[in-house]
Amino acid sequence: MRHIISILVENEAGALSRISNMFSARGYNIESLTVAPTEDASMSRMTVVTKGSDDIIEKITKQLNKLVEVVKVVDLSEAEHIERELMLIKVRAGAKEREDVKRMADIFRGRIIDVTDNTYTIELTGDGAKLDAFIQALDQSAILETVRTGASGIGRGNRILRV
Amino acid sequence: MDRIKTEELTGAQIIIRSLQAEGVEVVFGYPGGAVLWIYDELFKQDKVRHVLVRHEQGAAHAADGYSRSSHKVGVCLVTSGPGLTNAVTGIATAYMDSIPMIILSGQVSTAYIGEDAFQECDSVGITRPCVKHNFLVRDVKDLAATMKKAFHIATTGRPGPVLVDIPKDVTVNKCEFHYPETVSMRSYNPVKKGHSGQIKKAVQLLQQAERPMVYTGGGVVLANASAQLKQFIELTGFPITNTLMGLGAYPATDDKFLGMLGMHGTYEANMAMQHCDVLIAIGARFDDRVIGNPVHFAQNPRKIIHIDIDPSSIAKRVKVDVPIVGNIPDVLTDILGLLEKSKTHDIKPWWKQIAEWRGKDCLKYDRKSKIIKPQFVLEKLYEVTGGDAFITSDVGQHQMWAAQFYKFEKPRRWINSGGLGTMGFGLPAAMGAQMANPGATVACVTGESSIQMCLQELSTCKQYRLPIKIINLNNKYMGMVRQWQEFFHGNRYSESYMDALPDFVKLAEGYGHSGLLIDKPADVEPALRETFKRKKDLVFLDFLTDQTENVYPMIPGGKGITEMILSEDL
Repeated sequence: MRHIISILVENEAGALSRISNMFSARGYNIESLTVAPTEDASMSRMTVVTKGSDDIIEKITKQLNKLVEVVKVVDLSEAEHIERELMLIKVRAGAKEREDVKRMADIFRGRIIDVTDNTYTIELTGDGAKLDAFIQALDQSAILETVRTGASGIGRGNRILRV
Repeated sequence: MDRIKTEELTGAQIIIRSLQAEGVEVVFGYPGGAVLWIYDELFKQDKVRHVLVRHEQGAAHAADGYSRSSHKVGVCLVTSGPGLTNAVTGIATAYMDSIPMIILSGQVSTAYIGEDAFQECDSVGITRPCVKHNFLVRDVKDLAATMKKAFHIATTGRPGPVLVDIPKDVTVNKCEFHYPETVSMRSYNPVKKGHSGQIKKAVQLLQQAERPMVYTGGGVVLANASAQLKQFIELTGFPITNTLMGLGAYPATDDKFLGMLGMHGTYEANMAMQHCDVLIAIGARFDDRVIGNPVHFAQNPRKIIHIDIDPSSIAKRVKVDVPIVGNIPDVLTDILGLLEKSKTHDIKPWWKQIAEWRGKDCLKYDRKSKIIKPQFVLEKLYEVTGGDAFITSDVGQHQMWAAQFYKFEKPRRWINSGGLGTMGFGLPAAMGAQMANPGATVACVTGESSIQMCLQELSTCKQYRLPIKIINLNNKYMGMVRQWQEFFHGNRYSESYMDALPDFVKLAEGYGHSGLLIDKPADVEPALRETFKRKKDLVFLDFLTDQTENVYPMIPGGKGITEMILSEDL
């Protein structure tokens, strides 16, 4: 099953490598990984999307907690949570396609953030499935370039992860 | 703080002062370009003694053996690049067995890091998967606090090696020295007390047990929990087995002790593990060499209580009914406080069953052999040393025979590479044990293949007058490899024969020690007696042993814990 794990980690050189190393050394899978400092610059928040049985996820959280620089670990998928991912996608938009692409971006509530004579670059936020759906909805041959951040997640309501 | 009292020190001076503040008496190391300033400061003082090894692998193993035999922190000091990479095997060995150790490695100056400088390597990157934690100190102002953290992390929770990588300019730069007295880390706070609710559940299970079994590992030794363990067994009268790493935690001569369990464990210990109804695992991790195939192990229903300081060790390979995370002595004390002997079951029928299994006499071997049997040498070694020596070993058949036939009465006397299985560990580990226990009897049980992996340390032994006794069980084969090839590869002894062996007696003499070749069973005991009388000398005993002898019982890889090959089956 897919799990989304949030990690608070000391913002120190090598911390990211320690975490990604642990996943590869023990054969756990990483679907996506995002990381950036929090409001407290000494701490980073990481979101890892992984797949595995409950046993494996328990092992992953234990192994993460064992790392000296890891402050807190939460499996967001254990309860209500929200996840978002940002995609920037550059598509061909000549005179012929321009209207269609614009309309499709509007439907998905994407924003066109860069325009040339024959391309649009669209910014789109949502969960992974929505981004997938947008890609599917476009003319595949028109897609020039795609970049996705991977998911970031946060618990709903009073579920708060902090020190 | 009183500013007048703080001093400006160089990084090298801070390192030495930090070691002194931590009570470090011995450092095992090897100098080189990046650590010259540290060596210069070592030279100027006499509180921290330095032992010059002949290869950095030896430094790491020696620091490791020092720690295992003394419960102190082992410290080793190596230079950048090859100095560090040579030590990696020793670091990984300590990591697998959770040994508290500090590795100080030199690094090229901060300005050169990343430029492929001479003797540069990414030490922190290379060691990351085989240390509990590591640090690269880029600023001398962080050095003292980092040293304090390193010792704190190495020795608390589940212990382990911690590496501090120190660029050369950091050893030269100066700052005010203040060694912190305490460490506080929001990200690192190991649990100590076990959960009281879980402890109550464990006590209930133990009181209900009709076929209880106690299985303890290296964690009991590391936590110095032998006293509590003995109390627990005295109170309950339960049968107990130790893992390879746990030997000595419970006296081997006691009749509650069923011997070691696992791949080469006793028949009775392995059978009792499979057929018990309540199993209490203490500081052990159900690894593949211990319970064999976990699916087979799970076939018999039993309740499992698992006590460990490291939550990630619990429920890793087997499902556990009552997990207890905590410091073993504290948890056992809590259990002892609640357990009422009068409420425990009568386990006489269970002991009767165990006695039947014991009747197999699974460690028997041919005592009338005209060729020296390795088991015989170890039995005699036990007798001659009164069971009171520090025994280090290398890896292979000799290691298993030593574990089976030397009856360890006390913890920290049996020193071997259990997790990583590092050939070459025995001799340098013996140096560490001897340094930590001057005057004690230290013997290294080894084989002709293992000993050659860190043989250069004979020179270190000479320099520091370390009177280690080397018990070389020489069968001219990598014995354990040969045994597997005999059992599972149709007797094709591919590259396991040791041709062109040196004359070990002359070799020992070449290093300034004494050597003796023993090739008759009748000479075994006299040679050992003579040797152990020589308190000041290193003696290399080269026993020519039976080339075809195998270690029994044996659970073949991937098989279940009761699927043992016994000597009588053949």
